[in-house]
Amino acid sequence: MEFSSGGLSRRDYTASFLGLGSFIAFLLVIEALIRLGLLNRFIIPPPSEIIASFGRLFLEENIVHRFFFTAGECLIAGVMVTICGIGIGVVMQRFTLLQRACETWVAAFASAPLVLTYPLFMVIFGRNAWTIIMMGFLSALPPVILKTIEGISGTRKVLVNVGRSFNLTATQQFWKILFPAALPTIFVGIRLGLIFALINVVGTEFLINFGGLGQLINDLAERYDLAGTYAAICFVILVSVLFFMALEKAERWLRPVN
Amino acid sequence: MVTTGQLRQAAAASSGMSPVTLLRITIILAVLAAWEFLAHSGWLYRDVVPSLLSIGGALVRLLSDPNYYFNLGVTAAEIAAALAIGGSAGLAVGLLLGGNRFLSRAFEPYLYYLGPTPKIIFFPIMIMWFGVGPESKVALGTLSCFFPVALNVAAGMRQIDKVLIRVGRSFGASTRQMILKIYLPAMRHPMINGIRLGFGFALIGTLLAETKLSNKGIGFLIIQTYSIFDMPGMYAMLIVLFVLAIGANALIGKLGGLDSIKRN
Repeated sequence: MEFSSGGLSRRDYTASFLGLGSFIAFLLVIEALIRLGLLNRFIIPPPSEIIASFGRLFLEENIVHRFFFTAGECLIAGVMVTICGIGIGVVMQRFTLLQRACETWVAAFASAPLVLTYPLFMVIFGRNAWTIIMMGFLSALPPVILKTIEGISGTRKVLVNVGRSFNLTATQQFWKILFPAALPTIFVGIRLGLIFALINVVGTEFLINFGGLGQLINDLAERYDLAGTYAAICFVILVSVLFFMALEKAERWLRPVN
Repeated sequence: MVTTGQLRQAAAASSGMSPVTLLRITIILAVLAAWEFLAHSGWLYRDVVPSLLSIGGALVRLLSDPNYYFNLGVTAAEIAAALAIGGSAGLAVGLLLGGNRFLSRAFEPYLYYLGPTPKIIFFPIMIMWFGVGPESKVALGTLSCFFPVALNVAAGMRQIDKVLIRVGRSFGASTRQMILKIYLPAMRHPMINGIRLGFGFALIGTLLAETKLSNKGIGFLIIQTYSIFDMPGMYAMLIVLFVLAIGANALIGKLGGLDSIKRN
């Protein structure tokens, strides 16, 4: 399901306002309950305090620098997964026997809790950015491989025949026909992969206490800076949501118009 | 003229194995041989890639250790609780949002965009709310599995054949009867799919929380092998965990008849 803003009726606008209004009302109720002493402010800080501590995150905790650190890790994992995932997918699709032998394995690999191998990667790479990048890369690999296979296999026969009638070589057939036709489907895989990469990069940063935004949350929680912890979590959610929306937009842009 | 492919297939058929099975066996053997070579090459730090024999030994020790089964039971109970709470909450919310377009427009975007955020970062909050015991792990597992179940159930609700709904209404079915006799049976597959996804997320959430802060459970055992640098033990634990996770995932799909949809 996609939530585009195009063609909204009055009822839809009312619904959107209800959603936003409920969220704001929820925050106000929490604020009131804390001020009345019905909720413990040492467990749940008042929303006003959380909002106020955002400035502190920028000024004292260097959140912009941390954001770029995490973004850099995601970018490296994304580039690696795009190159390797598409490459493996193309090779598997090219050799049918290999595809039939390994596709189930890749699907099983996708359902395995890969992020739990992070202690193993800490032993191999140490407690550094490479462990985090590798966790992002590994978790993002299966959807890119599977969608590449699906995209190339789903190329319309008529396009392939056009290529053949022009006597294209296998390389030309791939770059001029198969790859452009499969690109929208491949991008679905890349989008899923990048979302998994971001989730695992931030998660691993938090778990191994190293890097950007994930480490910041861990640091603030260990200092028992409650308002700061909640604000940092909100910041990560905001970044994830914006990242997710941007990828969705890019996918819509790539989708062929029927 | 007989092609090489046909010859290969014929040879494989005569040996009773399909070419796919043969290739799979070849790949597995090649990977194992490469692993063993790497283990003895000295290119990596000792024990980072332990020999297959030592991993096998660790597997045997692990599977014959009663302490492992105790910890497996703890994790399984946490995941089951997370799936029960998060799954039923997701089911209720999904039914509500899927059955009402207005509420779906109002609240579903929040679920849709919050779904793919990293849930492990909520663990400090869970510790503050529920303490350092199994409750905080269950809470994180619940949070992780709620979103996929709710979104799948809501999407499944919208895909129900309108004829079925009209039949229910024309028989004057009450809301409870509509849910029990029409909605739930009609959306069995999306629901099972949601639960399968939810199980995966609950498992990851619970185990990651255990690796971060706990004194029992499989996550705790994994991080303990890291602390004492027992690499064969860590590999053995990860192998068993992956087999269990993939097996449970496939089992939920099979029980829900998801494999039969793909065949149809």
